[in-house]
Amino acid sequence: MHGEGFFFQAFVYLSAAVIAVPIAKRLGLGSVLGYLIAGAGIGPFGLRLVGAEGQDVMHFAEFGVVMMLFLVGLELRPALLWRLRGPVLGMGGLQLATTALVLGGVGLALGLPWQSALAIGAILANSSTAIALQSLAERGQLRTEGGQRSFAVLLFQDLAVIPLLALLPLLATASPAPSARAEGWAASLAPLPRAAVLLGAVAAVVIGGRFLIRPAFRAIARTGLRELFTAASLLLVIAIALLMTKVGLSPALGTFLAGVVLAESEYRHELEGDIEPFKGLLLGLFFIAVGAAVDFSSLAARPLLTTGLVLALVLLKLGVLLALGRVFRMRLEQSLLLAVVLAQGGEFTFVLFSFAAQNGVVDPGHAKLLVATVALSMALTPLLLLLHERVLSPLLAAAPVSREADAIDEEGAVIIAGFGAFGSIVGRLLAANGVKATVLDVDPERVELLRRLGLKVFYGDASRLDLLHAAGAARARLLLLALDHPEKAPEVVAAAQKHFPQLTVLARASGRTDAHALLEAGVRHVYRDTLDTSLRAGVDALRLLGFRAYQAQRAAQAFRRHDERSVRELTHLRHDRAAYLDRARAAIRDLEETLRAELERRDERRDLGWDAESLREEFGQAER
Amino acid sequence: MAEAVSTRQRILILFAHPALQSSRVNRKLLAAVSGLEGVTVHDLYEAYPDFDVDVPREQALLAAHDLIVFQHPFYWYSTPPLLKQWLDLVLEHGWAYGREGRALHGKRLLCALTTGGRAEAYRREGHNRFTVRELLAPIEQTARLCGLEFLPPFIVHGTHSLSAAAIEEQARAYRELILALRERGSSRDEAPPELAAATPGVSEVRDAR
Repeated sequence: MHGEGFFFQAFVYLSAAVIAVPIAKRLGLGSVLGYLIAGAGIGPFGLRLVGAEGQDVMHFAEFGVVMMLFLVGLELRPALLWRLRGPVLGMGGLQLATTALVLGGVGLALGLPWQSALAIGAILANSSTAIALQSLAERGQLRTEGGQRSFAVLLFQDLAVIPLLALLPLLATASPAPSARAEGWAASLAPLPRAAVLLGAVAAVVIGGRFLIRPAFRAIARTGLRELFTAASLLLVIAIALLMTKVGLSPALGTFLAGVVLAESEYRHELEGDIEPFKGLLLGLFFIAVGAAVDFSSLAARPLLTTGLVLALVLLKLGVLLALGRVFRMRLEQSLLLAVVLAQGGEFTFVLFSFAAQNGVVDPGHAKLLVATVALSMALTPLLLLLHERVLSPLLAAAPVSREADAIDEEGAVIIAGFGAFGSIVGRLLAANGVKATVLDVDPERVELLRRLGLKVFYGDASRLDLLHAAGAARARLLLLALDHPEKAPEVVAAAQKHFPQLTVLARASGRTDAHALLEAGVRHVYRDTLDTSLRAGVDALRLLGFRAYQAQRAAQAFRRHDERSVRELTHLRHDRAAYLDRARAAIRDLEETLRAELERRDERRDLGWDAESLREEFGQAER
Repeated sequence: MAEAVSTRQRILILFAHPALQSSRVNRKLLAAVSGLEGVTVHDLYEAYPDFDVDVPREQALLAAHDLIVFQHPFYWYSTPPLLKQWLDLVLEHGWAYGREGRALHGKRLLCALTTGGRAEAYRREGHNRFTVRELLAPIEQTARLCGLEFLPPFIVHGTHSLSAAAIEEQARAYRELILALRERGSSRDEAPPELAAATPGVSEVRDAR
């Protein structure tokens, strides 16, 4: 049965991942290597659980790369992208050209015709976006100089795939296979209309992203159905990928562009949260497929040749990248990171080699050998990174690398969840003092309004862990929970404490009962909605009755101190007692206990420092 | 008649008491000088229970008066904290002192204090070891730096043991002093600020800061 086959496949892939990745992580090898090993384990040269259909899985899983680029785009505002233009064009361009020429030269020396040699060089010059970005992100190195430069080079490579696809057939030395065709119908057009179509597609993504997607998302958000938003997010990515494939552009590039356009929108974090798990799964699947595709038979049959090719590829790419690092005056340690991260062949090479072979540019036998080489070079990357991390980097970096420099995004130290009356006052106070907070709110109308006023507010439900993640909870210092429905707060607190232990939570509570729940959940900073306002009204009432202003103020301060203490004490009491039946009863019980404590406290004396009674007793008798 | 009015000193009493509700002496003293013509009573703890002193308002008040009175209980040989806060915030550089700070030049400052200890305690051989005048050195120097003439303080000693009649007597004396100061103008008061600034004492102080 087809369905059974699918489930069996899914079972095999998922088990491989679930078993191999945690072991690899535990051994400090990183998840990428874990997936690759898992793939090799279930592949034709391991347990043989995956056969030829592994190739189809790989093509399907490549979509993970598309999603990854979309997410990278979401993190990158247009202004930041513009700032990257130098590294992208300069470093990216030089990397591709130099590597292509060097590798082509080697091909020429090995006796290939120059057309073939150049094509192979250009194809192999591409690096693996999936492996590089995933490894960098996992190590938290995306924001380092080396990480940023790597990203710039990868971006240029993605751009270069388009002209490469167009130019490859021109390098044909043999007649193309009958099945050969350029990707997309646009390739069959004359150059000028073709350029128009490409530009039109890009413009459609940019303009659509700016003017169509936001109202559409707003309408979807209004339904309040989370899965509908997820569906819409997926639909968006898939639609753009389809459009790009149709006109012959790289889908990854198209979704990246859409990501950049949407980076400024209020739905950014929600989109990130929705796409992230799919991306993670698909990328994992992709790495497994690559692992399964590693052709150990050619390695076994011609070990010297294969090993030589892999080493030559990796070492030559390393050399070119290191030279570039020097040209662009990078620190050696960062330059090494760049080189190591980009020294493998990319996932596009699989497509490009089959395309080149079909068009008679590259001999099919050579293509097969080179695909195996690329797969092995990919598997080598995590090992090289390990070498860099454990040996080279500590040797070179006397001082710890500053990871905060050149931040891709501007996610703040504070996340405010809920921007209603409560959260907005806190947010305004912080903003007035130069602290930019990341704001999450679930009311699409309010988000829209606040953004029109120029505030950085994002649509999303903070009780979702993935969304907190997307909002930068892993890096933030404070999380202010000012939800309109504080009942949800303890859940969020529990999740936040578990996953982001560095976060200090400040939580709004609607009343004492709420406060108890939050205190029990371990929040130390709890703010009852009405306490301060009520006390201010109380102070004014006392003043209007003739109390001294400062006396009233001190009375309120004492009251508040006592009240806060009693809430905390009662929380422990509550904990010891059997659980309350319902919130209403709990509230009444709390009020009762408070009032009783209040009555007992009536005669408590305050501010004795100003009281001269005892002084009069001791010193006042002399003249009496 | 019109001349007499014009030479009258406008008096600002800055009153600082954190717990007037339990005060015996200061309450009476304050009552004795309240409601006098040309005398402004400014109850600091009533105005700023949160210590958030309104600086422009305070500076305008100072500018509009000729004699400033600090009236307060002598807590731990010093002022109550709000008066210190007031000094810190209101006497800004460039306004009260410094090259441009001449707003207070030529005005006068009187301290009106109550102490729990009796007068004998504030002597070299007494258990407070210093005179009140010595203990007031920070205020006196503050006044000098701001070009204020520092008047001999009005002190009510031994508040713990004062009888009601004695307190009334002190209140009367305080009122008399304020009234006298209101009427009395010294030649120096009428001197233009430039002249006052040129006097050796003041310029020396200015350089010292």
